[in-house]
Amino acid sequence: MSDKNNIIDYIGIAGNKPKGARPYFFDDPAVERVLNITMAIGMELAVMRERMDSMERLLEEKGVMTNEEIDNYIPPNKAIADERQQWHSEYISRILRIIQQEMEQIKNPDKTLQEIADDIDKM
Amino acid sequence: MAAKNLPPTYDKLAKHEVFPDLNHDERARYNFLANLNKHLAHVSQGNSLAFENRVKPKYEKENGHDFQSKDALGDAMSKDPHYQTWSALRRCTMEMRQQAGRSLTYRQAQQLTDKVNSINEGKSTLELDDEVNVPPYLMAVDNHIMPGSYHTELYEGDVANAANYDGGLFVTTAGLLGKYTDGGGQAIAQWMKDNHPTFQPKRILDVGCGIGHNTLPIAKMYPDAEVIAIDTGRPMLRYGHARAQVLGYPNVKFMQVEASEMPFEDESFDWIQTTMFLHETGGKSIYNIMKEIYRCLKPGGITMHIEQPQYTDDMSLYEQWIRDWDAYNNSEPYWSKMHDIDPKQLMMDCGFNGDHYMQIGAQAINDLDDGNQKADEPEDHGRSPIWNVFGTWKKSV
Repeated sequence: MSDKNNIIDYIGIAGNKPKGARPYFFDDPAVERVLNITMAIGMELAVMRERMDSMERLLEEKGVMTNEEIDNYIPPNKAIADERQQWHSEYISRILRIIQQEMEQIKNPDKTLQEIADDIDKM
Repeated sequence: MAAKNLPPTYDKLAKHEVFPDLNHDERARYNFLANLNKHLAHVSQGNSLAFENRVKPKYEKENGHDFQSKDALGDAMSKDPHYQTWSALRRCTMEMRQQAGRSLTYRQAQQLTDKVNSINEGKSTLELDDEVNVPPYLMAVDNHIMPGSYHTELYEGDVANAANYDGGLFVTTAGLLGKYTDGGGQAIAQWMKDNHPTFQPKRILDVGCGIGHNTLPIAKMYPDAEVIAIDTGRPMLRYGHARAQVLGYPNVKFMQVEASEMPFEDESFDWIQTTMFLHETGGKSIYNIMKEIYRCLKPGGITMHIEQPQYTDDMSLYEQWIRDWDAYNNSEPYWSKMHDIDPKQLMMDCGFNGDHYMQIGAQAINDLDDGNQKADEPEDHGRSPIWNVFGTWKKSV
């Protein structure tokens, strides 16, 4: 759930690129890009699985809800609808993080860590 | 290829009053990442297999001799598909860990600052100093790819990255540093007590303390000592001070001080400690810092430094090369350069008498171990909580 009184663009900040040009390991960076997106989706699937597991155990324990009720659910007001959309926005930023960082590198081309290591060695 | 044992779930990590709030999915994300790190430690074993079984034989066939430099070995390994996959996954995991930690701490940025400020307000044990600059070696890089590093303040009173650091060490080490991620500090405090039971330090300095997580176990072991922790990162100091206060260490003092220009009197500390700090400095600064440590240490006092394992002559080229992975790919560039320095020579160059030099191995004391954290995991280069500790007594003879 997102906090309403954010003083800062926390979604953008969370995905920022660290200093130094990002190392790529595959011959084609496209492979790496797809891998990163896939791994993030994999993580979010694991998160969802854990949440579903919590829910199912709680529901079973309390006997309060049926599958049919979940199938028929629509957001009852704008606040809830917005909250769900905000979740999608954060979710997409998370799985497309590598593209955000590549854009940041295009905007501000950065030294390699090898070059920075040489710089630091003289500091 | 499943991990033979399981990391503790994130909820087992000890919380304190200034710890960020984590909701269900944020905890689940960290659980996934801790498991992924553990899994990748197994995947990393494929690198030495690839090296021995295909990279080295191919090179020898083509060149008529074995690798003669780390660079040649690295060039050949970097073309190996297993190494590429493992590296890409490991980098990806570190980036996901930073994003996961920063999204949860920056979403509650103001709340964290309010909590920290309410604890720090009016306390003389936190001394921030606008005149102290962040040294260039810290400005040049975001160590372990934490964007903004230790010093960046994105808003008034920013402590979000410090909270990110506190909450996320668990993930990188898969819980092996204990419930307060202070396994390093606990190990050195215990070593001192066991090996030098009569040593009763009155004044202790922790240089490059970060959030002070490794300072507090030393303060706990020596409750009568005056303990001072220094760093240049204001977010770390604010958060670390508040953290120490709520964990029951009201007397540990946090000061914004640059390690190569310490405002302390000559010969004024009995024990000066650094923990995983020197490899995040620079080629000249490390000497300036060690000279300052020498100056501030009392005769008869001790200085100890917990660091990554040194490279030794009997370590293979492959071993040296793979241990450099984090230096360049997890942004700790001086880690690699520091390996070229002989720590004993470093200390002697800075005034210490080599006769009292010591080098010991240390392993994190893990109070989170519930029997699932067996010690037979594969070595995950640079990540296992097994360290090289070097240091010396300051004695003339």
